[in-house]
Order: sequence, then structure tokens, then C-alpha cells
Amino acid sequence: MTSVLAPRRRAWTIRKYVPILGTLVLLVIMYGIGIVNYEGFYNTQILLNIFIDNSFLLVVAVGMTFVILTGGIDLSVGSVVALTTMVCATLLNDGWPAPAAMIAVLVMGALLGFLMGCVIHFFEIQPFIVTLAGMFLARGLCYVISTSSISIDAPFWKTTAQERIGVGTFTITPSVVIAGLVVVIAAVVLAWTRFGRTVYAIGGNANSAMLMGLGVGRTRIGVYTISGLCSAIGGLLLSFYMSSGDPLHAIGMELDAIAAVVIGGTLLTGGSGYVLGTVLGITVLGLIQTIITFQGNLSSWWTRIFIGGLLFVFVLLQRAVVRRTP
Amino acid sequence: MAETTPILEMRGIGKRFPGVTALDGVDFRLHPGEVHALMGENGAGKSTLIKILTGVYDIDDGAIELDGEPVLFSGPQQAQHAGVSTVYQEINLCPNLSVAENIYIGREPRRFGMISFRAMRAKAAELLGSLGIDIDPGSVLAGHSIAVQQMVAIARAVDISARVLILDEPTSSLDAGEVAQLFRVIRDLREQGLAIVFVTHFLDQVYEISDRITVLRNGRLVGEFRTAELSQRDLVEKMIGKELSALESIEEQAKPQLRDPSPLLVAEGVGRTGAIAPFSLTIHAGEVVGLAGLLGSGRSELARLLFGADKADSGELRVDGRPVTMRGPRSAMERDIAYLSENRRTEGLIEELTVRENIILALQANRGWARPVPRRQQDELVAKYVEALRIRPADPQTVVRNLSGGNQQKVLLARWLITEPRLLILDEPTRGIDVGAKADIQRLVVSLAGDGLAVLFISAELEEVLRLSHTIVVLRDRAVVAQVENTDAVDANSIMNTIATGVTA
Repeated sequence: MTSVLAPRRRAWTIRKYVPILGTLVLLVIMYGIGIVNYEGFYNTQILLNIFIDNSFLLVVAVGMTFVILTGGIDLSVGSVVALTTMVCATLLNDGWPAPAAMIAVLVMGALLGFLMGCVIHFFEIQPFIVTLAGMFLARGLCYVISTSSISIDAPFWKTTAQERIGVGTFTITPSVVIAGLVVVIAAVVLAWTRFGRTVYAIGGNANSAMLMGLGVGRTRIGVYTISGLCSAIGGLLLSFYMSSGDPLHAIGMELDAIAAVVIGGTLLTGGSGYVLGTVLGITVLGLIQTIITFQGNLSSWWTRIFIGGLLFVFVLLQRAVVRRTP
Repeated sequence: MAETTPILEMRGIGKRFPGVTALDGVDFRLHPGEVHALMGENGAGKSTLIKILTGVYDIDDGAIELDGEPVLFSGPQQAQHAGVSTVYQEINLCPNLSVAENIYIGREPRRFGMISFRAMRAKAAELLGSLGIDIDPGSVLAGHSIAVQQMVAIARAVDISARVLILDEPTSSLDAGEVAQLFRVIRDLREQGLAIVFVTHFLDQVYEISDRITVLRNGRLVGEFRTAELSQRDLVEKMIGKELSALESIEEQAKPQLRDPSPLLVAEGVGRTGAIAPFSLTIHAGEVVGLAGLLGSGRSELARLLFGADKADSGELRVDGRPVTMRGPRSAMERDIAYLSENRRTEGLIEELTVRENIILALQANRGWARPVPRRQQDELVAKYVEALRIRPADPQTVVRNLSGGNQQKVLLARWLITEPRLLILDEPTRGIDVGAKADIQRLVVSLAGDGLAVLFISAELEEVLRLSHTIVVLRDRAVVAQVENTDAVDANSIMNTIATGVTA
């Protein structure tokens, strides 16, 4: 019997990795195209710059990965990012010490996510509509604080924004290190903890997960809390990057985050995907931007067109993988 | 099997839902090391009993003892802790996780707070090995057949609590080879002293695997029997029971004469894998064809193929001698075939609308929205059918929600009749309705057939099928096993024999 089952099992185990391998292949091809066509593209700093410019998006997308793995969605992340920058800027201008302000916004982000998770779980309302409400709420709160940009002059922000950490002959920012830490922690949690495996179980079949005695409610609320927390961390990184709080920050970022997660091979229906895939997804998005910058004669809107095309391809690829499930 | 002390004893169990007594004074006992089949037709109370056993429902009367200790489960979780696990027909596992994870999720072996997948796979391999299941515990569950997934579910249940295992229709979507595989595991578990409750509609399987049978009917206990001492025929009789008295009144005028011998619908080798084996069937105008067989024998599946609700994957259908491909109910309706489904509440009536509106619905749909049925014509038609079917109350403006089950059924029937079908498929039209309404509907079937309408009549009640049909088609285990002309020589006994044995008496 083993001999009969073995080839089938191998096919299935490989199938699990098809989407992420697809992303990896795409990445290599794009990188190859860049190196062949543009002078100076091979410089590793170009690759690192992608992470420098997108560290906040990476963190937000990691949070989104948790949510999407359960089969949910979180549309509020962009607004929570903006709200974080606003609250942070206001608190700092009011004379709060940097650590206190940072902790305050992290708690706020996690709390917002927690509340949305509770509404989703206890009232059995679709995540789409609950987080849509959260999105309007957080964005609206930004404008209550101020209708215009607030600059941040705190010394810690200044130094963090300018600080460069050497990696060999190349440099990265502290934000990249923070994003990297978030990625590693998230990957470990998802792969090796009970909470992480429950996230996958809910995405596979929430009803079964419940009947198997898993803490479905706890976990579901947990992933939205994590997403809220990641949004707040992302907001902090963005405020380092921009040195300001602005109600217009991160408009549409939730969609970029979803795009990165999906291009990274996570199934929108939940239950399958990896944080590493999300990292690759962000890299793909960044590479598109970089290539278009190098090309020089294309408007930046071409980035959107490419991302749109890629999303189509990846969603179709996922469909093909899922459809063969008996 | 020696008389051991029962591990589980349920005594005088009663359960009432608003308006219905689901269980009344039912006893059930279960010994370690036995497979105990729980049998009964739909609505007999099997699933209620199981839900009580697993703590989904609480009981109104009676007592449950597990190992001599009185117990009351407040939920599946608690029942599982006490040693009662259930494996349902639809597999409650996560297809995206590995076999090992599915067995141990929530109870994973951990080192320093991290799950040790290596230890988990080793434990899973050992557990599966002890059940004689030879699969790689690291493989993804979705890659395995339903049968293997079912066995993984059993492995999980057994590992969590190994005293009482309830298998609720585990075989309904398995093929013969897979069933054999599953039974091997069940026998192993029996050897290990597990008490197993086995629920199924397949008679052969009951005789293959079970040691003892408890039969329920209409929420009451019919009896507990040793499988070896109960013939299949007796079992079927005990499950179906006889309810002759109530319907004597229309006995004589029943069974109309056949007038038009031209075949209206011919099915040749029509079948659908997993639903019903290929069958051939001819229905003439004015003929009543009855489908007899136990629940799950493929009665509704057959009807759904004829109506195009499911797509046949073999054979040919001819209506009026012309081959047709049923692309859906629409194609059937275009050929004047109407189907009154089993689930009238969910699939047919709009309870907020009035009797008149519900009756007119199908006719209006046929005409299209641009040509409303004139109100006067509506009133005439509705009045005619309210009268003919004796719909009570006889006021067409009554909201359907307030009608009794029998009258709701009549409204649905009227809706189809108004479209003047040539073949009417009635799936359990008399189930769950009172005796008077039942008689009305039977009388109507007779008179409709007299007017040249062909009727395919599905009923769990043999007497009813016998009384009305010209031809009786007997189904068993999802295949047509016999087609008999309903002569005087045919009676409930001979049909029951056919259902039980698969051979025409």
C-alpha cells in the first residue's frame, strides 16, 4: 500500500509549495531581466533598498498573512498605519518620551485589531465588512486629530531615520532589522506553535477545527490582534521613514499588503501559505518599482499595471492548484 | 460473545422538541468488544439518540450510565473526555494539514513550547500502525482517499478516548474496497475491546460487521436483537412497521386502469457514479410508477436524474421517443416534467406569501414577467385547486406559514399541477403530514393518473406504494434490483423480501 500511495503523496507535498515556488521563479526571472537590461542593477544594494523602502509594508503584510491564512481579510491596516503615525506624532509633540509613545501606539493598534476580531467572532459578521468599518473609523480618527501633516522632531526619530547599519559593504536601516525580526517571529509562530497550527486548521476547515476542540474563537481574535499590532509596528516604521504623521499616509496600503500576500502564494481561502512567501511577494512588488525606475521612460503607474497583471496570474494559478483538490 | 457488563446503558430516554416527541422511552445498551448497529428509517430517532449520547442534546427523561456511573454530557468535548467519540459521515478534519497533525492537533507533543513534528510523526506512525493503516503520517490529508481520511478520523477519535466509538454513516461515500478496508479497522478495534456504535442504511454492511442490532421506529424502541438471530427480512419489517388501519378508506378505488400505453419517458442505462447504478425505466402516460426501498437506497437520486437536478453520467433518456439531454430542471420543465421534492419547506414554498401567490408562482414563471396572469384567471385557478385538493383553510389569502404541513404540501402540489405537467415526480409527498391530508393526496394521485398524467411516486411507506402504483421499482443499496407489475400476487411481504434480499420473490 505504501508503494501505491507514495507517488501520490509526493505529488501532494510538492503541490503545497507550487505557489511559493512560482513566486520564487518569477523573482529570479525578474531579477535576471533587470541585471541584463540595466547597468548597475546587479548591485546588491538595489535589492536591499527594496527592503529599506518597503519595511513598513512588509510588517503590515506579515500581519495580513495571519489573517488571510484563517480565510479572513483585514481592510483596516492602511488606516491603522496612518492613525499610528498621527497619534505618535501628536504624543511626541505633547512631550511624551519616545518609548512611552511607541508603546502607546502599539497597544492602540493591537486593541483595534482585538476589537474587530471580537466583533467578527462573537457576532459572526464577515471580516470584510467589519474591517471596512474599522478602516473608515481609523481614517476618520486621523482627521479628528488633524487635517494636515504633523512633523516629528523627536531626536530618536531623526537618528533612527538616518542611522545605517553596515552589512558587509552594503547598508540597511534599523527598520529593516525590525521588519526582519517580525518576519522570523511570525514564521516560527506559524510553523511551530499550537496557535500557529490552529491558524492553518481554521483556514482548512473552521467547522472541523471547532469540532476537533481547537480554540477557534481565541485564535480568530488573535490573528486580528496580530494584524492590528503589525499595522502599528508598520506605522512606526513609516513614521521613521517619513518623519511625520499624516492623515493621507498609507492610503490603499491594505490593498498592497493583500497583493503581496497573494503573490507570495498564500491562498485567499485560507489554510495554505507561508510568511516567507509574503517576503517574496513584497520583493516582487519592490522589484517591479525598481525596474520601472531604472527604465526611466515609464510612468510610475505602470507599477500598478504590472501588479494587476501579476495578481491575475497568481489568483489563476491558485485556482488551478485548489481545483485539483478532490 | 459472553454477556459482559455493558459499558454504556441508556434507559427510558425521552426527548421532545416543540410539537414533536423525537424519542420516547428508548433503551440502548452497549457492551465492550461489540459492534452495535443502530437501525431505523428516517425520523426514527437514530440521530437524536446519537446527539444525546454525544452531548449535543440534553434529555427530557431517562438516564445514561457510563461504566456504571450516571453521566450527563453538556457537549461533544465533555463526552469525548469521558470516552465517547464520534466520527461523522462528513469528515471533520482539516484537509490542508498532514495526517499526523490531524490526529494530534491541539494535543501536539512539544519541546520548549515548540511543536516537535518529529515526535508527532513517530507517535502517529505507531498509532496508525496499530490500526493496520499503512500511510505516511507526514503526508497531506487531502492527498488521501475518503476512506483513508475516515480512518484517520477514527484514529484520532480512538487516540483521544478509547471506550465508546460512534460511527455515524461512515460508509455512505465509500466504494466496496474502501468499505472492506474500513471494516478491517473496525474489527481490529472490536478485538481491542472498544464498544462501537455503527449507524448505516446499508443492510449488507450491518450483517457483515455488527454483533447486535437495535431498531428504532418513530422515536420508539422496537427491540434489541442479536444479528445472527434476526433475518434481513425481519429487520426490514421491524424498521418499516405497518400502518394499515388509517388508510383503509381509499383502498378500493385505488390503482386506476391504464388507458394509454404509449411510453412517455424511457430511461436506458441511466446512472450516476456514487448516486445510483445505471437503471432502465419506462413510464407511460396515465401510469403510476412507485419507487420502494429504504432511505438511502437511491430513490431520490433516481428521481433527480430524471428531472435533471443531477446530471447523469451514463445512459440515454427519451421523452416522447426523442432523446433528450437534461441540462438542468429547466430542460425537464420544458418537457412538462414536474418534481415535488422531499424538502418542501426549504426547496419550494415561500412561507411569507399567500396560498394564491404560492400557487401562481410556477405558472407566472413559465409565462415570464412581461405577461402577468390576470387576477381573475388567478382566482379561478386557485379556487379550483383549493377545492380539488381540499386545502384548509379554504381562503387563498392565508399566509402559507400558517398552514399545516399537509396543506402546505397540497399548495406545492397545486403549483405544479397548474402548469399542467405530463409527468409528475412526487418525492415523499405524504411524509410527516396527517392522515387526512395523506388520504387526500393519494386520492388525487389516483384521479390524476386517471386523467392521463404519469406519476413517479416515491414513498417510504410500502403500503402506500402498493396501493397506488401500476409498476413497482425496488431499490436497494443504490441500485434498481427489481421492477414488478403490481398484480394481486404482489404484497408488502414480497416487496419486503425483495428489499431485504435483492431478489424478486
